[in-house]
Amino acid sequence: MSKKKKLTASVGDNALRYLTLLMAISVLVLMVWMGWQMFDSARPSIEKFGFSFITGREWDPVKEQFGALPFIYGTLVTSLLALLIATPIGLGVAIFLNEMAPSKARIVVAFLVEMLAAIPSVVYGLWGIFVLVPWLRETVEPGLAKWFGFIPLFQGTPLGFGLLAGGLILAVMILPTIAAISGEVMAAVPNEQREAALALGATKWEMIRIAVLPYAKSGILGGVMLGLGRALGETMAVTMLIGNRPDILTSLFAPAYSMAAVIANEFTEATYDLYLSALVEIGLILFGITLILNVFARLLVWSVARGPKGGIS
Amino acid sequence: MNDRVRKYRNRMMMGIFIVATLIALIPLFGVLGYVVKNGFSALNIEFFINLPKAMGATGGGMANAIVGTLIMVLIASVIGMPVGILTAIYLTEYDRTSWFSILVRFATDVLTGIPSIIVGIVIYTAVVLKIGHFSALAGGLALSIIMIPLIIRSTEEMLKLVSHSIREAGYALGISKRIIILRIILPTAAKGIITGAMLAVARVSGETAPLLFTALGNQYWARSLNEPIASLPVQIYQYATSPYKEWHQQAWAGSLVLISLVVILNLTARLAFRSRNN
Repeated sequence: MSKKKKLTASVGDNALRYLTLLMAISVLVLMVWMGWQMFDSARPSIEKFGFSFITGREWDPVKEQFGALPFIYGTLVTSLLALLIATPIGLGVAIFLNEMAPSKARIVVAFLVEMLAAIPSVVYGLWGIFVLVPWLRETVEPGLAKWFGFIPLFQGTPLGFGLLAGGLILAVMILPTIAAISGEVMAAVPNEQREAALALGATKWEMIRIAVLPYAKSGILGGVMLGLGRALGETMAVTMLIGNRPDILTSLFAPAYSMAAVIANEFTEATYDLYLSALVEIGLILFGITLILNVFARLLVWSVARGPKGGIS
Repeated sequence: MNDRVRKYRNRMMMGIFIVATLIALIPLFGVLGYVVKNGFSALNIEFFINLPKAMGATGGGMANAIVGTLIMVLIASVIGMPVGILTAIYLTEYDRTSWFSILVRFATDVLTGIPSIIVGIVIYTAVVLKIGHFSALAGGLALSIIMIPLIIRSTEEMLKLVSHSIREAGYALGISKRIIILRIILPTAAKGIITGAMLAVARVSGETAPLLFTALGNQYWARSLNEPIASLPVQIYQYATSPYKEWHQQAWAGSLVLISLVVILNLTARLAFRSRNN
């Protein structure tokens, strides 16, 4: 090879190397920049209200009074409700797919569950408004009130729009996440585990309970946390179904408000800087919570998916 | 414990898992069923070629929203795909293990996990406020931020599947690294990378929250990329939450178009990838 040709080759080599490096750096910068941008825009509100922003119950833009508690409450209640419903079902789906289904059925069902995750949030919202909410208002909520009305959670007027509707739609939306991640960690459980249990005469359920679930436990927890992260930040479907009233009421039938929903509804209407800043601060809190959840969840999933393989990977 | 009890319990648990799976699929068929049923009755050729009509009037279409979605997804792809694919190349071909690449992977995970409305806030404060108006460019930019981590993740997975012996064969022939990457590794992984890209496109084309205060929406045609622009998801949102029956019909029709797009992209991507693996 002539000297000149060699030189151009190495220039080309370096060019690609540095181009890809530059892109990798830009991804890192993007994350830091987004965090800084949020913090910077939220600063007026952080400085004015301090900690009382989180504990304040009053949200009144006219009086320049901003307390985010009702939104935090709505987000937490709907997300926890969603977890309560989606975790057992998602786990059931993961066990069915990983431990029971014949391979043809597995391919089809796995694809369908993925489609559940692919449906856009706004379509869930639309369906929620015209199908789920009327059903809740006319059938489910009166039924719950009749049978469990002694519990404060199920008292009050059945409106349809409210915490229950928001929680249910979130459950549908995070179920694929929980099922997929739990399935992934179950697949990482070594087959020797299963075979050992079966060799001892365990039934299939006993094998799952003794050999699979304990092994995958922390990974499943990670999947649940990722689902929670998704639920906390989910915007459109909840905005369309939760009722959008900044009250803190015990009943699940009552309309409420969520953090993402108040941002979606009021952001373009924020007429002065402090108002906008308060909305960004709500976003910043969401950003912080989902970031922490993601870090923990990834660590848990990573530790399981990595752990059992051993040897060379 | 009695064997009969154990077997009975086993069968019961298996039944529970099957029931759980069936329950999980009810909402899927519920949503698809209603969207197809209500969407079809409202869908006609006008929907694809006309602008929206005034409040409460019958007829009209979402031509501008369909085009708007395509334009913004295109902008997002033009930015997001090169950044994502090149970053993935760096992470697999140049630097798999250093603290820097671990940090970049961490950033990718964080970007995947943050709520999409946060992206809207950031672009609003950083771009829309600075320029002074909403625009298609700002919307496309917001979508690209959602796209980048998805592309990085899928491309990285695909590049990792390329076997080391192929790389080594290249080195043994004295081919430069750049040529190995561009001519050998990328073509080998191309199908998988395209699959991932299609799934990412499917994902961002349904995004609403990041467009609410970047692209805003528009009842008419946007004359340039520097103007507010309509998009299918935002239009569906506005129509669904309006009090007019005619607009609800339009929202269902829009959802049918949007879901068809998403399902077709998903199916094509999956079938293409399956045929490769077989």
